[in-house]
Amino acid sequence: MSPAARRILVSVVAIVAAALAAGLWILRGPGPMAFADGPKVALADYRAADPTGVPASLAKANPVERGAYLARAADCMVCHTTQGGQEYAGGLGFKLPFGTLYSTNITPDKETGIGNYTDQDFLNAVHRGTRRDGAPLYPAMPFTSYTYMSDADALAIKAYLFSLSPVRATAPANTLPFPFNQRWAMNFWLGLFNPDTRFEPDASKSPEWNRGAYLAEALAHCGECHTPRNLAFALNSRRKFAGAVTAGWRAFNISSDKATGIGGWRDEDLVAYLAVGHADGHGTASGPMGEAVDHSFSQLAPEDIRAVVAYLRTVPPIISPDLPATLAPPAPASHRQGGGTADARGKVIFEGACVSCHGWTGESSISPFATLTGAWAVNDPGATNVAQIVISGTRRHTEGAVSMPAFGNAYSDAEIAAVANFVTARFGSKPSQITAQDIAGLRKQTSQ
Amino acid sequence: MTTTLTINGEAKSFDAPADMPLLWVLRDVLGMTGTQFGCGIAQCGACTVHIDGKPVRSCMLPVGAVRDRAVTTIEGVGASPVGAKVQKAWLDLEVIQCGYCQSGQIMSAAALLAATPNPDDSDIDAAMAGNICRCGTYVRIRAAIKQAASQRQS
Amino acid sequence: MAVAEKIFDGLSRRAVLTGGLAGGILLSFHLPVRAFGVNEPVQPPDDTAGKFAPNAFIRIDAGGTTTLVMPQVEMGQGVYTSISMILAEELDADFSRLALEHAPPSDKLYGNPMFGIQATGNSNSIRAWWPHLRAAGASARAMLVQAAAQQWQVDPASCTTANSEVMHKDSGRKLSYGELALAASSEVPPKDVPLKDPKDFVLIGKPLKRLDTPDKVNGKAVYGIDAILPNMKFATLKACPVFGGKVAKVDDSAAKKIPGVQKIVVLDDLVAVVGDHMWAAKKGLDALVIDWDEGPNAHISSTDIWRDLRAASEKDGAVAKSAGDIVKGLATGDRLDAAYELPFLAHATMEPINATVHVTPDLCEVWTGTQVMTRVQSEAAKAAGLPVEKVIVNNHLLGGGFGRKLEPDMVVAAVRIAKQVDGPVKVVWTREEDIQHDVYRPVYRDNIAATLSDGKIVGWKYRVSGSAIMARWFPAGFQNGVDIDGVDSGIDMPYDIPNFHVEFVRAEPPAVPTGFWRGVGPNNNVFAIESFMDELAKKAGKDPVDFRRGMLGKNPRLLAALNLAAEKSGWGQPSPDRVGRGVSVQPSFASFIATVVEAEIDESGEVKLRRVTCAVDTGIAVNPDTVVAQLEGGLIFGLTAALYGEVTIDKGRVQQSNFNDYRMLRIDQAPKIEVHVIESGEAPGGIGETGVTAGPPALRNAIYAATGVALRRLPIDRAMIAAGKKS
Ligand code: FES
Ligand code: FES
Repeated sequence: MSPAARRILVSVVAIVAAALAAGLWILRGPGPMAFADGPKVALADYRAADPTGVPASLAKANPVERGAYLARAADCMVCHTTQGGQEYAGGLGFKLPFGTLYSTNITPDKETGIGNYTDQDFLNAVHRGTRRDGAPLYPAMPFTSYTYMSDADALAIKAYLFSLSPVRATAPANTLPFPFNQRWAMNFWLGLFNPDTRFEPDASKSPEWNRGAYLAEALAHCGECHTPRNLAFALNSRRKFAGAVTAGWRAFNISSDKATGIGGWRDEDLVAYLAVGHADGHGTASGPMGEAVDHSFSQLAPEDIRAVVAYLRTVPPIISPDLPATLAPPAPASHRQGGGTADARGKVIFEGACVSCHGWTGESSISPFATLTGAWAVNDPGATNVAQIVISGTRRHTEGAVSMPAFGNAYSDAEIAAVANFVTARFGSKPSQITAQDIAGLRKQTSQ
Repeated sequence: MTTTLTINGEAKSFDAPADMPLLWVLRDVLGMTGTQFGCGIAQCGACTVHIDGKPVRSCMLPVGAVRDRAVTTIEGVGASPVGAKVQKAWLDLEVIQCGYCQSGQIMSAAALLAATPNPDDSDIDAAMAGNICRCGTYVRIRAAIKQAASQRQS
Repeated sequence: MAVAEKIFDGLSRRAVLTGGLAGGILLSFHLPVRAFGVNEPVQPPDDTAGKFAPNAFIRIDAGGTTTLVMPQVEMGQGVYTSISMILAEELDADFSRLALEHAPPSDKLYGNPMFGIQATGNSNSIRAWWPHLRAAGASARAMLVQAAAQQWQVDPASCTTANSEVMHKDSGRKLSYGELALAASSEVPPKDVPLKDPKDFVLIGKPLKRLDTPDKVNGKAVYGIDAILPNMKFATLKACPVFGGKVAKVDDSAAKKIPGVQKIVVLDDLVAVVGDHMWAAKKGLDALVIDWDEGPNAHISSTDIWRDLRAASEKDGAVAKSAGDIVKGLATGDRLDAAYELPFLAHATMEPINATVHVTPDLCEVWTGTQVMTRVQSEAAKAAGLPVEKVIVNNHLLGGGFGRKLEPDMVVAAVRIAKQVDGPVKVVWTREEDIQHDVYRPVYRDNIAATLSDGKIVGWKYRVSGSAIMARWFPAGFQNGVDIDGVDSGIDMPYDIPNFHVEFVRAEPPAVPTGFWRGVGPNNNVFAIESFMDELAKKAGKDPVDFRRGMLGKNPRLLAALNLAAEKSGWGQPSPDRVGRGVSVQPSFASFIATVVEAEIDESGEVKLRRVTCAVDTGIAVNPDTVVAQLEGGLIFGLTAALYGEVTIDKGRVQQSNFNDYRMLRIDQAPKIEVHVIESGEAPGGIGETGVTAGPPALRNAIYAATGVALRRLPIDRAMIAAGKKS
């Protein structure tokens, strides 16, 4: 290479790097609680009730029990357990556009789990996304949220995990192609996007709000699904809780927008949705949210659920422009009236496999959990979640919840598209146009 | 927990947890075995009963959700003129093979005819597609519904 | 407790004849639900006292009630009615006053004449029993006539019979069978009683109303799953999802807390929860945390099974039949080779498998619906550790059989569970468990090579590769490496082919249990043969019907059926775009059937069944309406499998679980079906399975006609049709 060429190359690299840095700085944006503009104080300096830790009823519990509660609030188990597999033994695959990541074994097995982790090792992983051997973790692990967790709470979770029986299980190797398999590259990402800072209460807000903020941000990591991501795969808190598609499921808008967020929900609806995964008139949690309810929210103390609701209420409204301003009412009782689709297959599948539970009106004769009327899923003109639910079904565990079987293995992509379009046409405000190709795409994204 | 339901016009009291599907209350607590178990997930229709005249899959309906609504089962459906006509048409056209699905088929058909006295093919599809018959009696089910409907008018 | 109502209802029905519908049919099933005194066995049937019981099938009491004992089981095929018609025809019994009883287990008395054991299957109930039942009816009639003649002191030849009465024509005297019952009991059965001339039949050949259906419209019919006993418990179970796996560890702490859960039974390969009702049992089962020792089969997958089967099918097999010179035949004319493949299938009888069992130290009593009474009895005895005579089996109506209930496994499991339970326990499989622990229709691969010359087949070499079910189920049917069921319709080819060769390769899939499935061996054979016939017709440049006609010279019954089906289906007339007609013919189960399926296939490969036309010569159709019904139902059964049926294996376990992923054809997808029964004086053929085997190749050929895509596997592959790959 000639000296001139070298000079040109170096300057091009410098310009690109500078542009990249500036771009990333913009991408990084504000933190998740930046919208609350009251004065932030260090936890130690906050004088009102401690927003961290466990609810009052567990205040006297031993560290393992407290850790168990916090582990549930942080919903560790769902990602670290395969279907039918041993709890916390890892191995669940996350299909990303560029390959599959597998969750790790976090039982205290010394060889295959985290049995050798010191407290500091554990904090490094949870707060900073750094493995015991120093390698960075991929942000499928929500450490950019967990980083807000207090040291005491993180270590309580560790105490709980270490109380479990060790399970010998090595997760399958990740299948990431180059360049995504270059873990070291993650260090740049971490430097830019992991704030590595603990939760700081907002002195202008109530203790309940601060407790809710801590639960929602540090533990429940709501934003990981409900906040859209930017080009660098980091959460874009400028559109906090405006909804996003994650792992092939649409997490709907939970900002306080009245029409397309939760601004129009009553407090008791939100409480019910979190506590049992269903609120009359608003549908039923399924997919990842169903799991979050079953394994996390449904097990939280009532006051903690109320605190999360109080916090959610204050998140600034952001409109989801693709969602209708009003939800469709129940469909007519007769199959002859009401919306339908040109593709006759949709109705044929619906009348055979779906109507027994969901009815022609969309209001279930069996269980409110199966009522479609009012659910965002059927009012989403993208039909993402309707299609996902048809493919994978729902496996709900909360007492009283009703599950739906999975139809994905026996129905073709074209058939699933047809029935999803029929469902949105009949029960939603705007018919979807999902295609067989879209269904094939969704099948590829679901975790397994 | 003692529950009282009105089944085929009779009050029946029994002990059962509120989340227990009506199917098992009928079959295992009350000994009314005409209502059948086929899938347990509302996919086959063998367990169909009427709740206030509407067809409902009893395998998924929690007994606690029935409350004061009237339950009609295959043992009682013949008491209504529509039910009796359906049963007669089923025998006239010799619809039945093994018969295991037929309690559910008859309950669905009776509910259809009660709501839609002159169903056309699409009405029959809409009302009956949720009922699987493994013996494949569909052709005759369709014909029997039409026959029962025509007799309603005469 | 209200359960008692059911029991008393059962008892009263046993004692009293129930009124039937308008026709005045009186029918009672001798219900085997015994409420009390489990220590008094009900078998061998000692209910003959005071009755005329000339043979194992007929009982006439002094009140005139004729009770017929059913040697074959009723699983929807209408056989109780057809058997009754045959017996009553020769007996000249009043068909409107019959009582039916399920036979108790006895190979000696009720063994199927074709199998030698008491089994109902292979579409042979009527075929096998036809001469025997006629003889039974005729000889009983002769004894009644003798008794009357004796009483009247006249020549028996001067007496006639009708409607359960003996008449003396000359004197006009009459005695009812009831009045004669006692006297007839001491008559000696005559030898070689003449049978009726078929032209004198008054019942056989008439479309009579079925005897079992009135109780099936009002919830009174009692299936195995409906058995109720005093103090009965309910259980449901989970076996290791991996075939052959074992229970390693069970944590039942949560299950025990569920109200109504009585007991957790842990056996080496399964866990059952016993409760006050199915709901408690099921919730308890769901609450168990079971660790399985999955054993050596945990890696088995469909991919491997197919790879192995394909490899096995490339080797020479045992010769089942050879005629002419196959080497020369295959060297003459244009050659075509093809291989067809059929998947594992579950039976999914509408009534999930179940058995109710009461084990005491010296007795085991079973209530279930089975196709194999004596086998259930002997296997239950082994499981209970009791001699066979200490096992009572009470058979019930079957909510579908389809071959699933040719296996006793469910009873064996129930006995093993019942041994741990005080009092009777009803064990009911969930649908998921029923599908994941079936005895599956095996995977098959059929390699066929044939040569064509002048539009006719010169050489035909057909190799069937798959399970030898007979080797396990009925070893006499597996000899010299050939499974007679596996090659059944392969060796009974209807076509005139000078050089003909059929082989069988036994290739057992690892771990997956295989057994009979409605349509049995011919299912596979007919699909392969009739699919290949269409490919050959195309190669020969001939219309599929004409091509077949040209080689059916020695098979006039099948040719007549083909001609009729072609005519009635509008074969050859123009059809709309993307609509195709496909034909299949088969001489299986001694019935001669031609079938035309008309289907519409859209661009995405979806298939809409429009119409099926079927013509059948099944010999004497005992109850012609039942023949039609069996074909209608069989066609739907077979077409369901052709469109959707496939059980797949991954990690040693079945991936399907319930009707959401093991899909069934529904009423809105069912085609119009027309069945034309050809009058015939030949002995009756089998009919229960013929529709099942007829539909799939005709559908496959319709798709071939509409799209040019030559499918060689079932279920039909929509993606392949959409891709439009032509042969
Ligand atoms: S048992 Fe209820 S629908 Fe199948
Ligand atoms: S008649 Fe047997 S399942 Fe319908």
